[in-house]
Amino acid sequence: MNTPDPISAIRLSLQVGLWCTVLGAPLAIGLGFVLARGRFAGRTLLGAILTAPLVLPPVVTGLLLLRALGRAGPFAELGIPFSLAGAVLAAFIVGLPLYVMAVRNAMERVDRRYEEVSFTLGDDRWRTFLRVTLPLAGPGIAAGALLAFARALGEFGATAILAGNIEGETRTIALAVYTLLESPDGEPGISLLAWASIGISAAAIAGHEIFNRWQRRRLELSDG
Amino acid sequence: MAELLKVDARMRRGALELHLALETEAPIVSIIGPSGAGKSTCLRILAGLEREVEGEVQLGETRWLSSAERLFVPPWERRVGWVPQDSLLFPHRSVRSNLGWSRRSGPGGRADPDELLEMARWLGLEALLDRRPRHLSGGERQRVALGRALLSHPRLLCLDEPFAALDPELRARLRPELRARCLERGCRIVLVTHDRADIAALADEGWQIRRGRLQRH
Repeated sequence: MNTPDPISAIRLSLQVGLWCTVLGAPLAIGLGFVLARGRFAGRTLLGAILTAPLVLPPVVTGLLLLRALGRAGPFAELGIPFSLAGAVLAAFIVGLPLYVMAVRNAMERVDRRYEEVSFTLGDDRWRTFLRVTLPLAGPGIAAGALLAFARALGEFGATAILAGNIEGETRTIALAVYTLLESPDGEPGISLLAWASIGISAAAIAGHEIFNRWQRRRLELSDG
Repeated sequence: MAELLKVDARMRRGALELHLALETEAPIVSIIGPSGAGKSTCLRILAGLEREVEGEVQLGETRWLSSAERLFVPPWERRVGWVPQDSLLFPHRSVRSNLGWSRRSGPGGRADPDELLEMARWLGLEALLDRRPRHLSGGERQRVALGRALLSHPRLLCLDEPFAALDPELRARLRPELRARCLERGCRIVLVTHDRADIAALADEGWQIRRGRLQRH
């Protein structure tokens, strides 16, 4: 087993987090909107399924993903396991509940009647979503994205199962730390990685708070 | 000449069974009634914001609702302006973009700047065009909401206590001018108000809601 390179691990983690946040945005926004505004029979069930990765052990989530995407699975041809795509997917699924919940909360806080005014002014559902709901919930969605980003950085269990621990490809910060713990001269690398994750997480959480505050201000109409 | 506005709508709202029947050719109709009687709901039905409605709603030849034929025209296709009591200006946009919000306002989906400016001037808002709604008084917000609805060129304007937050002089000036504007453009008004002076200055016909029923008074 080759020795983990801390810098490569940090770079990979940031990459994974970024991809999760950006590629996951349309799905998280769509699901959050459906949960906030939809009126259909399976809504509660959908909410429950989407929360599952939050309470399942990530190792089990990774295992389920591997079953679905692995060699014997129905989606084997995608070639996702043991690749960067696998690391992104694992981190994304584990972080998705936080992302969707943040979007949902932000959209639920938007007074539906703003959308209704937009309807009466001639904008259909889609235009209203783009011009009213999305911008009004925007800061809250950004806060959710940062939370998902922070969660992706810390992902370990599902990533290890689905993506493995491949230096330069799937060995993110958490996996590098784990590997270095078993190496006799791993201490300096471990410290570096620990401090890096503390720093990145703190920045993400601070950003999350800032966006949340902005969200509250955005919907505020002093004496209205 | 005037088109017939015809409503025969039933809906359940909590414990209240609303049955709103109205037929009128009057350009401007007022609706009064105790709070909670269903006045605002009546406006929402006209605007197409209530889905659980049975019955018929039509203006002239245009049918907006016919539950018997499963016809429901969504609000964005009705051209019914709605000015709710609390204005509901889009908080993330300036007064200017609130006023010019409707893509029906002008060609290419943009409000005609001259028309927008004229509207702002009429409503005394020209100095406030670049402000955000949170920096406006209640009366200013009501005027922006009224202008925003008018600039969407509605066929029918639903006003819910539109002058409640305005000072008396402004109210006295705007009432006849609003009436004249709407008559000139062929825009009908259904006005919900508590204010007798609003009714006297604006309405051609008065209705009231009592126990979930509409009647002439």
